[in-house]
Order: sequence, then C-alpha cells, then structure tokens
Amino acid sequence: MAAASPPRQRRIYRLPEGHEFRTVTEQVAAIPLHYPQRLRWWLGFIGSSLLLGLLIVSAAYLFSEGIGVWGNTIPVNWGIAISNTVWFIGIGHAGTFISALLLLTQQHWRNSLNRFAEAMTLLAATCAASYPLFHLGRPFFFYWVVPYPNTMALWPQFRSPLVWDFFAFATYITVSLIFWYIGLVPDLAAVRDRATRRLPQVLFGIFALGWRGSAVHWERWRRAYLLVAVVALPLVVSVHSGVSLLFAVGQIPGWHTTVFPPYFVLGAVFSGFAVVIMIAITLRHAFRLYDLVTRRHLELLGLWLLATGWMTAYGYLADAFMAWYSGDSFERGTLLDRLAGPFWPIYWGAVICNFVPLQALWFPRPRRSSFVLFVIAFLVTVGMWFERYMLVISGLFRDFLPSSWGGYVPTFWDWGIFFGLIGFFLFFFFLFVRFLPAVSMFEIKEAVWEEEHDT
Amino acid sequence: MTPELYGLMAEFDHPTGLVAAAEAAREEGYRALDAYTPIPVGDLGPLLGDPGSRLPVLTFIGGALGAAGGLFMQWYADVIDYTINIGGRPLASWPAFVLPAFELGVLGAVGFAVSGMLIANRLPRLHHPVFAVDRFRLASEDRFFLCIRADDPRFDRKDTRAFLEHQGAKHVHEVPAC
Repeated sequence: MAAASPPRQRRIYRLPEGHEFRTVTEQVAAIPLHYPQRLRWWLGFIGSSLLLGLLIVSAAYLFSEGIGVWGNTIPVNWGIAISNTVWFIGIGHAGTFISALLLLTQQHWRNSLNRFAEAMTLLAATCAASYPLFHLGRPFFFYWVVPYPNTMALWPQFRSPLVWDFFAFATYITVSLIFWYIGLVPDLAAVRDRATRRLPQVLFGIFALGWRGSAVHWERWRRAYLLVAVVALPLVVSVHSGVSLLFAVGQIPGWHTTVFPPYFVLGAVFSGFAVVIMIAITLRHAFRLYDLVTRRHLELLGLWLLATGWMTAYGYLADAFMAWYSGDSFERGTLLDRLAGPFWPIYWGAVICNFVPLQALWFPRPRRSSFVLFVIAFLVTVGMWFERYMLVISGLFRDFLPSSWGGYVPTFWDWGIFFGLIGFFLFFFFLFVRFLPAVSMFEIKEAVWEEEHDT
Repeated sequence: MTPELYGLMAEFDHPTGLVAAAEAAREEGYRALDAYTPIPVGDLGPLLGDPGSRLPVLTFIGGALGAAGGLFMQWYADVIDYTINIGGRPLASWPAFVLPAFELGVLGAVGFAVSGMLIANRLPRLHHPVFAVDRFRLASEDRFFLCIRADDPRFDRKDTRAFLEHQGAKHVHEVPAC
C-alpha cells in the first residue's frame, strides 16, 4: 500500500472526513427504517396501485374473452404484446450490464447504482416474461413449454426460438434474482443491526441469513459474486440475442437478417441505461442522496447513454443498408414502408427521440444537469418503444403475399395491459424503495475506501 | 469461576489496523482467528484461512453439468423419444440446441457457485456467539473486529487480551460462549 498517495484527479465520493462509512449507513439505512417523504410515497404508491388494478381488470377481461380483444389480426398477429416484451426485457439488461460488466472491469462508480438497477432488471424481466403468457390465448397451458414427463408423451420443440426464449427468460429471471439477493445480504445485515423495533429486526435478520461480516465469509462471498458476474454477462447477450432470433429465424422481410442479435442487444442496453438514469435522478432527489449518487455518476451515465446510443444508431444503418443491399424487392419494400410508408411517424419518431436530443450529451453541461439528462433519458425510452413497435409491426403487416396485406391498430385492452404492467413495475419498485436498502451501502464504502487509499 | 468464553474480540477503527493485528496474531502463533468487517478487506480472507479456492472449480462443474444435461435432454427428446422430421433436417440438429444448453449451463454454474458459497460459509445461521457483544452491531457499519477464539491452544485470557491491546485495539470485548 502506498503510504501517502496523491489525491486522485476525479474523486467521485466526497463524504465527511472521518465519518465516511457512518454517513453512508445513516443515509441509506434510514430509508427502510425511518421512511422520509411518507406522503409522496403514498401518492406514488396509490397511483401505481391504480395502474396495477388496470392490469388486473385488463388481464381478467383478456382471459375471459380471448386475445380477440386485442388489435392483433392476420397478418399482424404479433402486436404490441411482443414488441413490449422486447422493450421490457431490453430495459432489464442495463441492470445486469451495470452490475456485472462494470464490476468485472472495476468501475467502482457503479457501486452507487447496481442495487436499484438490478431491482429494475428483475421487475422489467418479469413484465417481459408475463407478456407471452398473456398472448398465449390459453395461458393455463403455459407449462407445456417446460420439458417435463407427461402423460401425453410430448416434448417441447427444441428447434423453436419460442422454446429457447422460455429457457432464456427463466434463467435470466432466476440468475438476476440470485445476483441481486446475494448482493443484498450484507446490507440486510446492516439494516438489521441498526433496527430498533422487533419486527424489522426479525424480518431483516431472517433475510440477512445471519450474515456477520466474517472475513472468511467475505472472501467466499466475493468469489461467488464475481463468478456469478462472469456468467451473467454472456447470459445478457444470449437472452436478448435469443429474443432477436424470434424474428431473425423467421423469413419475414425486415426480420430475416443477421444484424438482429447485436442490434437488439445494444438497443436493449441503450434503453436500459435510459431507465437507470431516470431512476437514479428520481431517487437522488427524493432522498437527497447527493453524496452517494453524485453529479459525476450522472455524467458517466450520460456518456454511457451516448456511447450505446451510437452503437444502436449503427444498428439502424446496418439494418437499412442490408435491406437495400439484399436487392430483394420485399426487403426493400419493408424498408420503404418504414422510411416513407404508413410507418414513417414511428420510424422517424424512433430516430428523432433516440438520437437527436442524445447529441446534447457530447457537452459536459447537459450531462451534469439532472433535468436535461432526465428529459433525454425519457425520450430515449419512448424512442426505443417506437423502435420495437416499428420492428415488429412493420415487418408483419406486408409480407410476401400482397393479397394478405393488412393493418394494425392496438385497442384499449392492448394499452390496458401495457400501462397496467408499467403500474406493476412501479408498484413493486415503490415497495422496494420503501422496505429495502435501495443503494448498496457496503459497496459504496468499499469504493470510498479504495478511492482514499488509491491502491 | 468466570464464565466460559467463546473468545476475545478486539475492535479497530480502520482496516489497516485490523490487518496489521491479524498478521501479528498469525506470527504470534494464533490460528483460531476470524475478522468481522463492514466491507470485504482484500488481504484478510487468505490470511485467516484458505477459503473459496474451490468455488471456481465448483462453478465450472455446475456449468458443465447444466450444459451437458441440457444438450443430452434435447438430444434424447429429439432423436430418441419424440422424433419429428422438419424439412428433412437431421434429428440431432445441435446448433438449435445450443441456446437452451447454454442457459441451463449458466443456471448450473450460478446455482453451484452460490449454494457452494452458502454451504461453505455455514449460512444461514441466525445465531452466533459474536452477536452477544453489544458493539458488534457496528461490524456492519464502520468498525473492524478481530476475534481470537478460546479453542486456540495459544489462547490465554490475560495474555491474549494484553496482546490485542498492544496491537492498538480500541476496545477488547469478551465474547461469552453459548
């Protein structure tokens, strides 16, 4: 260890000298134990509960009437149900990306973000996974996609991307839950140790598994955490590639292209970073976590958004180029439908929302402004929704047989499920923020320690 | 007669003090040691034992079992048990089996890594003698503890306490056995 290391050029955390660790615990553990801002929390929670109620009503109506209540028809038999699956699961990917890739590359600033980013992953992936179930028509047979010994002597069709995606989603949700939980255990112990009332002591005590911070435990814990991160990273790529293969394996013009897996994965991380930015800014201001989620964090997130945005833009270019270069008249037709046909507002909406405001992030000032960054992130989230919609629906509505060309308009019940699922996401996110340490205390302490003792 | 002891626990303000004390204790011949810290402290784990070295192997085994099991399941289903001819393609169309096999491999690796970690750490274990020390709740906040257990052959109530105090411990707590 260096005895007197020079101060780092860019320190992220500036906490009261000598009380760094205590300050972190006080700021974060106070949230689940002595919740501030109760009125605002209740307002938000009730609002999201209403949306969750919309989901329950829409799902009940959907299950009793069948998917005819949606706008899906032939030829567009995959409506926003599937484009939203792609959108939701994509948002989830940034959580794993921040947690795993930035952990392995030792980007310590990620320690302020990984906890709530992983919670976002878990909820977004659950929303995504529920959409195919809603879409099944006979959702009570969903388990037929699971390989299990059955009296019908049937197996799932393992050559189908639909079955691949069952494995991908199931693994992804399980691994995200485990990763999130083992990262949470030491912090649950910290909240347990600070709790003064019996009920939180017992509940946090049980879920902390009796964690006592033993150095030997830490060593094994760290190895396990890194190992999970190492396998979680290719998992992210495989999950969204699997999603893109739902399209690319089919022969529909506009879908049948090898650029899809990287195009989808990068767009996923892009949209996920946008949602992480919105959550980070909201939590930072709601709980005054200015020392823990700093301007430097926002700046770095802005840079990531800019970088992944350009990678996604490359996907747009490659996709359009390959459609033109293929020489196939149907491929070109789909491209023209997107650029100048009935889908032009969606296509250009995606391009403008995703990439135009984004360019402000080249400059330091907007990157450091919570408000500007939030607006850009929101526009990217909307733009990525347009993109998923454009990719799914404009592929389907005119295929090789002009006699079967048709249109698609989502109905009230399509939107009911969609906004209902956003309500589901918010409902559980409000509960997470209220009852669990939403920012990782021990990892921030670790980052603070390493910054001070520049090893 | 004084009560039975689980061990003596020294409290430090700083990881560096703790690491120095742990090194000194090892040199002094103490072996039944453990440290309790709010953050993972790099050098302590290897110093106090040889933990975790088998986890990577275990993870690999879990991953290999998951992936091989997944491949076998798909091969068995499509080639032996439930053959479907799709456009004359081979029954054992392995490229199609890669993704589920990979996912099952990931599941196996993560399952083995995490359950291996929990089993080796003997967790969950909700009660432990160290929790009896009142100030131990700070072990998850900003204090660093070194515990020398009473079952160490070199352990002596007075000498060990003197040794720990000499190492610059802020307090030395007695951990009652239970």
